[in-house]
Amino acid sequence: MTSSYDPTRDVPRPARWEVLYRSSGPFWDGVASGKLLLQRCASCARWLTPPRPMCPGCQSREHEWVQSTGRGTVHSFATYRHAPHPAFPAPHSVVLVELEEGPRLVSSLVGIAPENIAVGQAVEVVFTHAADDFTLFQFKPAA
Amino acid sequence: MTLEYVPGIPILGPYVDPDNAPFWEAVERHEFVLQRCADCKTYFQVPRPMCPHCRSMDSLEWVPSTGRGKIFSYVNFTTDRMAYPAMKIPYSVVLVELEEGIRLTANIVDVEPEDVFIGMPVEVTFNKPTDSFTLYQFKKAS
Amino acid sequence: MLDEYRTKSYQAHLRPAVDENLIKDNVAIIGIGQTAFSRNSQRDELDLACEAIKNAVDDAGLSISDIDGLEALTLDRVSMPTLIGSLGIPNLRFTSEVSFGGGGACATVMHAAAAVATGLADYVVCYRSLNEASGHRYGRGDGYAEYLSKAPTLHYGYYFPYGFLTPLAWAGMYARRWMHEYGIKLDNTGWYSLVLREYAQKNPNAIFYGKPMTYQDYLDAPMIVEPLRLFDCCVDTDGAVALVVTTADRARDAKQSPAYIMAAAQSIPIETEIQTSYNRPIVSGLPETWYVGQELYRISGLGPGDIDVAELYDPFSFGGIIQLEELGFCGRGEGVDFCEGGDRIRVDGELPLNTAGGLLSEAYIHGFNLIAEAVRQLRGTATSQVAGAETALVTAGPGLPTSGLILRK
Repeated sequence: MTSSYDPTRDVPRPARWEVLYRSSGPFWDGVASGKLLLQRCASCARWLTPPRPMCPGCQSREHEWVQSTGRGTVHSFATYRHAPHPAFPAPHSVVLVELEEGPRLVSSLVGIAPENIAVGQAVEVVFTHAADDFTLFQFKPAA
Repeated sequence: MTLEYVPGIPILGPYVDPDNAPFWEAVERHEFVLQRCADCKTYFQVPRPMCPHCRSMDSLEWVPSTGRGKIFSYVNFTTDRMAYPAMKIPYSVVLVELEEGIRLTANIVDVEPEDVFIGMPVEVTFNKPTDSFTLYQFKKAS
Repeated sequence: MLDEYRTKSYQAHLRPAVDENLIKDNVAIIGIGQTAFSRNSQRDELDLACEAIKNAVDDAGLSISDIDGLEALTLDRVSMPTLIGSLGIPNLRFTSEVSFGGGGACATVMHAAAAVATGLADYVVCYRSLNEASGHRYGRGDGYAEYLSKAPTLHYGYYFPYGFLTPLAWAGMYARRWMHEYGIKLDNTGWYSLVLREYAQKNPNAIFYGKPMTYQDYLDAPMIVEPLRLFDCCVDTDGAVALVVTTADRARDAKQSPAYIMAAAQSIPIETEIQTSYNRPIVSGLPETWYVGQELYRISGLGPGDIDVAELYDPFSFGGIIQLEELGFCGRGEGVDFCEGGDRIRVDGELPLNTAGGLLSEAYIHGFNLIAEAVRQLRGTATSQVAGAETALVTAGPGLPTSGLILRK
């Protein structure tokens, strides 16, 4: 299994919600250019995942974007045995990846059958062009 | 006919629910009916599952209205700033107090906005702005 | 006939005087905060909410970790858990949301007051954040229809197919009937808007700061939905306002002079629809505002003559003027005369009104900016300060389920 979604079906787009939650914009812009960017408080260096306008640790509104190594481990995962959506044929696994930097991201894992996924497994980020105007970040078993 | 629609822009239809379905089904047949409590004879708008006066739930009935009444209040849409794009401006929305005592809003179909006045006698009529539904409207009383 | 109805029906549903009200004098607003008010914030609503809340908490001399309650309108689009995750509130113990749009503004303070008075929380923040000007304009027909088409409100289905789907037009229907019953002429209604615009000239935070208006400007502006002209309408705004509510005991240690809550009330009379209550005997008045006023006066022991400054929720000028009548500041049908020439509602008049510019000329933050202005008046820090102001009456959205407050120094 090389892909966890059916490229012929329309994949749901991330909710960038420009007006309501503008903070996520730089993250998805990064993904579109093949970078996994993490938001970090410029004042106390706390990671802010998902992105947000204020640091919950020190209430600073200043932040910076830092490129992640894209490496991490599978912290947990769940496998759909019934397709949740036409774009994601079953079995379909969703993984919670803990990055080396610390933040965790939900994603999907390519290049591995669901029954072979294990907690603690080393993974690294890959970028998948899901549509002409839409890139997804996914993970694959680390080399 | 002063009431006109802009072709190609969808018009919002009524929300039909179990309580008001008999009303809108009657409108489709060009009939105008009102919900009333058979026990205490109170009319009410909007339709509901319980009479708010005697709290009866099994006495609600639909009775034909005369469809006649008087304009109780109205607004005129004279610019497109707050008007509904599907309707050609100017148009009026009138609040009509029916002979039965309750009030409903609709457009007035045959009177220019500047000629509408409070107290004007009107009667119900019907139009069909799209294939998918019929609306009740008001016109100058004959 | 209508007065008889008011006397018999309304009076029958008033409650007798009470001995004890757990909120009266036991709760205070100790912090106010806001963002800049603008027509295009270029920021998201979560961001605006964070800034306003941080400012309110700083104003109160507290830290975010002291906050253990949040109170918002159901209309607010900021996800509360996300907000907590941005502010860094360690454990929120109390939350509720009030429905009915701007009608719920003062009710958020009332619910927060109930929470702190009963010990459910220590410090509750009430907030409203919206990009009404640049983003989701619910005051416009298309946005409102989309929003309400998913709302389980029976009555709107009778209005939308007739091109009758904006708050402006719904209010116009009340206004037209009121003008008809009391013989009010269309061109006589401008003083209310004019005086509020004057107040805005003193308030650098106001959207219309630096943009004065003459009576002729008012008359020359386009009729948006007849009988409402452009400057009868509130000003769509991007921004946020937050308020910190706690007990009087805790308020004694606050950084700021507390604004004590003398009374708080809500009302939803029978046959109320959201801004379209056309099947009550009275379309020319605002029964819920009358009820709220009676309840506020009953609890506080004050009357209209005891109010030093009023902050009335005015999405449209008529909404503010009819409230003057319903709250007993003048007789029925006399609201326009009361505002004639403007002197009675100016800062040194008998009822200084919407002293920061109100929703028409300061900002439309769903009335939360009116509560903040009432607090400033009691602190003595308003841009148009009423000399010696000790009591303030604040209301929420008229013509729908509504709420109100009387605050004192």
